[in-house]
Amino acid sequence: MSSGLYDMSAKDFDKTLDLTMLKPYGDTMNDGKVQLSFTLPVPNDDRGMEAARLISRQMGLSEPNVAYARALDKEFTFYVVYGSCTHSVDYTKIKIHAIEDKAMEMDEVDEYIREHIGRKIVVIGASTGTDAHTVGIDAIMNRKGFAGHYGLERYEMIEALNMGSQVPNEEFLAKAREINADILLVSQTVTQKNIHIQNLTELIELAEAEGMRENHVICCGGARITHELAKELGFDAGFGPGKFANDVATFCVKEMVRRGIK
Amino acid sequence: MKSKLGLDEALVGRARASAMKVAEDTQRFIDRHTTVAVERTVCRLLGIDGVNDVGVPLPNAAVDHLSAKDILSDGAALRIGNAMAELGLSPQEIAEGIDRGEIDLAAMPVRSEEEIRAALAPVVEETLGRIRGNVARRQAYLAEFGEKQGPYIYLIVATGNIYEDITQAKAAAKQGADIIAVIRTTGQSLLDFVPFGATTEGFGGTYATQENFRLMRAALDEVGEEQHRYIRLCNYCSGLCMPEIAAMGALERLDVMLNDALYGILFRDINMQRTIIDQYFSRVINSFAGVIINTGEDNYLTTADAYEEAHTVLASQFLNEAFAKCAGLPEEQMGLGHAFEMDPDLPNAFLYELAQAQMAREIFPNAPLKYMPPTKFMTGNIFRGHVQDALFNMVTILTGQKIHLLGMMTEAIHTPFMSDRALAIENAQYIFRTMADFGSEIEFKEGGIIRSRAAEVLQKAADLLGEIEQMGLFATLEKGVFADIKRPLDGGKGLEGVVRKADGYFNPFIEEMRKEEKA
Repeated sequence: MSSGLYDMSAKDFDKTLDLTMLKPYGDTMNDGKVQLSFTLPVPNDDRGMEAARLISRQMGLSEPNVAYARALDKEFTFYVVYGSCTHSVDYTKIKIHAIEDKAMEMDEVDEYIREHIGRKIVVIGASTGTDAHTVGIDAIMNRKGFAGHYGLERYEMIEALNMGSQVPNEEFLAKAREINADILLVSQTVTQKNIHIQNLTELIELAEAEGMRENHVICCGGARITHELAKELGFDAGFGPGKFANDVATFCVKEMVRRGIK
Repeated sequence: MKSKLGLDEALVGRARASAMKVAEDTQRFIDRHTTVAVERTVCRLLGIDGVNDVGVPLPNAAVDHLSAKDILSDGAALRIGNAMAELGLSPQEIAEGIDRGEIDLAAMPVRSEEEIRAALAPVVEETLGRIRGNVARRQAYLAEFGEKQGPYIYLIVATGNIYEDITQAKAAAKQGADIIAVIRTTGQSLLDFVPFGATTEGFGGTYATQENFRLMRAALDEVGEEQHRYIRLCNYCSGLCMPEIAAMGALERLDVMLNDALYGILFRDINMQRTIIDQYFSRVINSFAGVIINTGEDNYLTTADAYEEAHTVLASQFLNEAFAKCAGLPEEQMGLGHAFEMDPDLPNAFLYELAQAQMAREIFPNAPLKYMPPTKFMTGNIFRGHVQDALFNMVTILTGQKIHLLGMMTEAIHTPFMSDRALAIENAQYIFRTMADFGSEIEFKEGGIIRSRAAEVLQKAADLLGEIEQMGLFATLEKGVFADIKRPLDGGKGLEGVVRKADGYFNPFIEEMRKEEKA
């Protein structure tokens, strides 16, 4: 089924990097090579293979090569496809909402708090709504942290309270008020049909209504959260996969100083 | 089986004895109490089902009535049996009457226990007969198709729509799944009632309802007959409705139930008294119905560190075993849990995982151990994830784990695609086939890393159980020994549903089910 180990086709395209015409890279500049896999709800036969090729072409791949096809059930077939992407993007014109602060390490964060805020700050975190997963909030808050980054509970200048999972938004805000929290962290791990967006929106609306939006730093995090999405929903920041406690801490303490929250 | 780890048998015996002492102390507390969930379960087993016009399940309506009249401590069996004798109505008719406000159980004269028991007997016998029939049906299937040798491949479906779940489950079964678990809707464990009817819209999963159980059972029987394999069905018997879901599962022939003695306390903040009482009846039912329970030690390792806290997993397995024995559950139905959750950056992590799994195998030789895949260190790098799952699969086949929950390379990204499941099954089958007898070919070096690790974990577990024996279970949970989570005795959800039994209290189902196991 495969076309062979070596690509023998002539490479007659321009091989110089042009950031205004950025393309995926396989093994040669501008070859546009991508790999993808998907399932079609059809039997595994020649017609299905052709359908996989046509779909790939419509996705913008030239010379799609269906490397592998396997029936998952009578009426479902899984395909692995390689091809060259015909599209490109202008990398030089891209604007993103990124968190600009360079992440400080735990000691640096503690030092920054001592110097610029002059007291311990209070952080409250939870997985709110119906989400039963604590893995996200635990990775940020638990003393041990995650992947070698200590959690906020270990920071000398931070008082951290992790409320765990399935905390109603109202209860979360009430507790935040009770312990005079400066920073509110909310995690959403498992989500279906975008219920996390509904829940996060509700939290921000409640915070607005309670008059807590302005004088608190409110951030969200989780597998499906991006900074861009978080900003759109009205949060100060969003932390997706690959962000750790010190990333969150850095942003939050700098944001407190920027906003003059003392 | 010859020990490959050279475990200290005396130490194993000491740990087991400590756990049994803890369970027996706790059992005395259990025997004095009942809960709203236990009594709703009695109602369900008496045949009360359905919902009223505002969607309240009739078992709740009946038990709420008993609570409101302050007669819950007599038990639903006594009061409903009394009404049956008095009114000549069925339990369902009585529940409907209560719901309409036409029947007041507290206003009726209470007949003699003998009369009440006589009124209940045919209904109790009918229900027990139905459950016995389910056990016989399972046995007949297994006799016809044969029992699966080697690990059971366990897969999850979680679309939120039972009909979509069925499509996915059938495909998974055809690809080789031996157990299908239908993940529950997020948050169901905290509902103090069981929803009614077929689910077409759930979040993060599909409600555990009796109708959903029935639909999935029929689908798996159909595909099993086609494939000439018995496909087991699994659900979640945890949360505030533990025994009710056990009862529904027994009535609809589920085969496997997540059913941990401590999980709800630790991870759902359910009150410890409530859960401990509820778990007992749920396990009596599971035992009677031939259901394999799965315990939830694997969850500890999602919050606590898998290397440092490994001994708490073993200690909890001893406790779960002891509680299960107190409920009459045979060892062959104890799917004690653990997980492959060590940090991939830890040197020799695979050896420590192997030591832990082999140790569980040797200490609980008859238990169909449940082994859970990596989740905590799955990063979205699906290519490494597939390798992590491969190492996990190797531990299972090397150490004879039985209930093998397949890891998905897309863990932490989305609920699995149909193709994710197929690739996971292919990975597992490849390893199980090509390494089938590797376990019996290898021994572990005396004084080596694996034996030393097992000895250390066992020692720490035995010490911990010794401490728990001194403190008692409730104080242990208050101290945060398991999963680094502390829970107060009177905190958490569901405490208001706990009552002390009155003198005349009886639960005919516990009596009959336990009688059979002794026979």
